[in-house]
Amino acid sequence: MYERPKLQSLTPSITPTQDADGLSPLVIRASNLDLTFQTNDGPVHALKDVNLEVNKGDFVSFIGPSGCGKTTFLRCIAGLETPTSGALSVNSMTPDDARRARAYGYVFQAAGLYPWRTIGGNIRLPLEIMGFSKAEMGERIKRVLNLVDLEGFEKKFPWQLSGGMQQRASIARALAFDADILLMDEPFGALDEIVRDHLNEQLLQLWARTEKTIAFVTHSIPEAVYLSTKIVVMSPRPGRISDVIESPLPRDRPLSIRDSAEFIAIANRVRDGLHAGHGQG
Amino acid sequence: MKSFFPVVTVVAAVLLIWIIAVVPMNMHLTADQAQRDGLVVSPDTPIARQDFSGLGLAVRNSHLIPLTYVNIRPRLPSPHQIAIELYDTVIDKKITSKRSLVYHGWVTLAPTLLGFAIGTLLGIMLAVGIVFSRVMDRSVMPWAIVSQTIPILALAPMIIVVMGAAGIQGILPKAVIAAYLSFFPVVVGMVKGLRSPEGMQLDLLRTYHSSNSQGFWKLRLPASTPYLFASLKIGISASLIGTIVAELPTGAKAGFGARMLVGDQYGQPILSWAALFAAAITAAALVGIIGMIERGTLRQMGMKPA
Ligand SMILES: Nc1ncnc2c1ncn2[C@@H]1O[C@H](COP(=O)(O)OP(=O)(O)OP(=O)(O)O)[C@@H](O)[C@H]1O
Ligand SMILES: [Mg+2]
Repeated sequence: MYERPKLQSLTPSITPTQDADGLSPLVIRASNLDLTFQTNDGPVHALKDVNLEVNKGDFVSFIGPSGCGKTTFLRCIAGLETPTSGALSVNSMTPDDARRARAYGYVFQAAGLYPWRTIGGNIRLPLEIMGFSKAEMGERIKRVLNLVDLEGFEKKFPWQLSGGMQQRASIARALAFDADILLMDEPFGALDEIVRDHLNEQLLQLWARTEKTIAFVTHSIPEAVYLSTKIVVMSPRPGRISDVIESPLPRDRPLSIRDSAEFIAIANRVRDGLHAGHGQG
Repeated sequence: MKSFFPVVTVVAAVLLIWIIAVVPMNMHLTADQAQRDGLVVSPDTPIARQDFSGLGLAVRNSHLIPLTYVNIRPRLPSPHQIAIELYDTVIDKKITSKRSLVYHGWVTLAPTLLGFAIGTLLGIMLAVGIVFSRVMDRSVMPWAIVSQTIPILALAPMIIVVMGAAGIQGILPKAVIAAYLSFFPVVVGMVKGLRSPEGMQLDLLRTYHSSNSQGFWKLRLPASTPYLFASLKIGISASLIGTIVAELPTGAKAGFGARMLVGDQYGQPILSWAALFAAAITAAALVGIIGMIERGTLRQMGMKPA
C-alpha cells in the first residue's frame, strides 16, 4: 500500500558524504523535499523545498507555528509518511529501511500508552517486539523509568498517572531500546515549567552521555535555544524552512545559560524568523 | 445500585398495567364460568354479553372482578398465578420430573451454551479474517448480513429436518441454530474492535517494525476486548432465542419452547407464560454472568473502571 520513494532514481547525484574512517557523520539528509497531501478539500502543500543536513550527535529543534509541517517532516524521517518528491536519507538509508532497522525511537505528540498495559508493560512493548531477553527487559525498564523520574510507577496503569507523567512514560518507552536517533514531537508540550526545565536538563545529560542524534519539535523558543545545536525555524502555507541557526552555545549547558547575552541573541533571531515567516504566510 | 430505583419503578408500572389489564381481558370468560356456577351475571346470556367490551362488562358486574384473577384457563394470567406456577415447577418439582422447569431449562440451556460457544468462535475467526484479508472483507461480510435477513422461523425447521435426515439429532441441530444467530453480533463487534486502534497506536508499532501478528496480539486483540463483551451479551440472548425457536415448530418434547407450545395446544396459558418468564429470567441471568466476567476481565486488564 505504501509506495516506497525511489530515491536513487530520482536524485542519482546524492550519495552520503563519507568520513575519513568510512562512517558517515550525516545522519539525516533532506534535499528538495516536497510533500503534498491529497485531501477531499484539495491538495495541502505540507512541505515545500525542504533542505536539511543533520550530523551525528546533533540536537536539532524544529520550531514554527501550528500547521507548518513539523510533525509531517518528523514523520517523513521516521518513514511514516512518504514525500511526494525530493530525496531523504536516514543513516544513509531510505527512511523506510531505517525504520526497519529500528534506527530511531519516536515520541508522539500525544503519549498514546496502551491502557491495558501498566507503565512497565508499556515500556516493555518495544522490547518484546524486538526480542530482548526477560532479564534485559527488566533492567532496561528500571533504567529508563529512573531516567524520567517515574521510579515506583512501574505497576501503575496509565489512567492512574497525570498527563505529564504519561508523557514521561512515553519518552521512557522511546528510550528503552536505545536507538541512535530520537525523534520527539513536542514531548514536553503538556508539562509545567518546572518539570519541563528538569526534563530539559535530563534530556541534555542523556544526549551528552549517549551521543544520540535528536530531532525535537517544540513551540517554545527558550526550550529550542536551550537544547539545540541547530535550530530549524519553519513557516506555514506551504510548510518550509525559513532559517537554520547553528547554535554557538557550548554543549555543556547549565540552566543558567538562559540568562546569558548569547542565549538571548539567539532567541531573538528565532523570534525574528518566526515573525518573518508569519508575515509572509 | 444506581439503577435500582429506576428499574423497580418500571417493573412496578408494568405490573400495575398488567394487573389492571387482567380484568377486561378475562371478564367474558369469568362471566360465563360464574353463570355456570350459579352466580348472577348481567346481561344473562353469553350472546348478549358479546355486545359489551370487557371493561363495560366489568363495570356492570363489579362483584365478579376478583374472579378474573383466578381463572384456570385465563386469556391473560395474573402475575400471582404465574408466580405460583413458577414456584411449583421450579422449586417444588424434582428436577428429574418432566414437569420441572429446571429440567426443561437445562434442555434449552445446553444447546444454547454450545451454540453460543460455536457462534462466538466462528464469529471471532471470521472477524480476524475480515480484518486481515481484503478478499474476506469483501466476500464474507455481505453474506453474514444476508444470513441475518432470512427469517429464523422459516430456516429453523429446515435445518432440523436436513440434519435429522443426515442422522444428526438432539442437542446439535438446536446448537447450530443458536450459533447461526449468535455469530453475527460477534463478527460485527469484533471487526469494529479489531479495527478500533487509531492511527497513532498503529504508527507506534510501525516505528518498532513489528510484524502483523505482533500487532494482532499486542494491540488489536486487547483493544477489541470491550467490543467483544458487548457482542457476547447480544450473542448469548440471541442463542437462547435461537434454541427456543428451534424447539417450537419441530414438536420437541422438552425445553422452554416445547413448554410454551404445550401450554398453547392444551389450553393452559399459565404454563406457556411460566415458560416464557423462565426463559426471560434465564436470558437475564446469562447476560448478567457475562457482564460480571466483563467487569472482572476489564479490571484485570487495568482498564479504568467505568
Ligand atoms: N494525514 C494528513 N492528511 C492531510 N493533511 C495533513 C495530514 N497531516 C497533516 N496534514 C496537514 O499538513 C499541514 C502540516 O501539518 P503538521 O501536523 O505537520 O503541522 P505541525 O507543524 O506539526 O503543527 P502543530 O504544531 O499544530 O503540531 C497541516 O496543514 C495539516 O492540516
Ligand atoms: Mg505537530
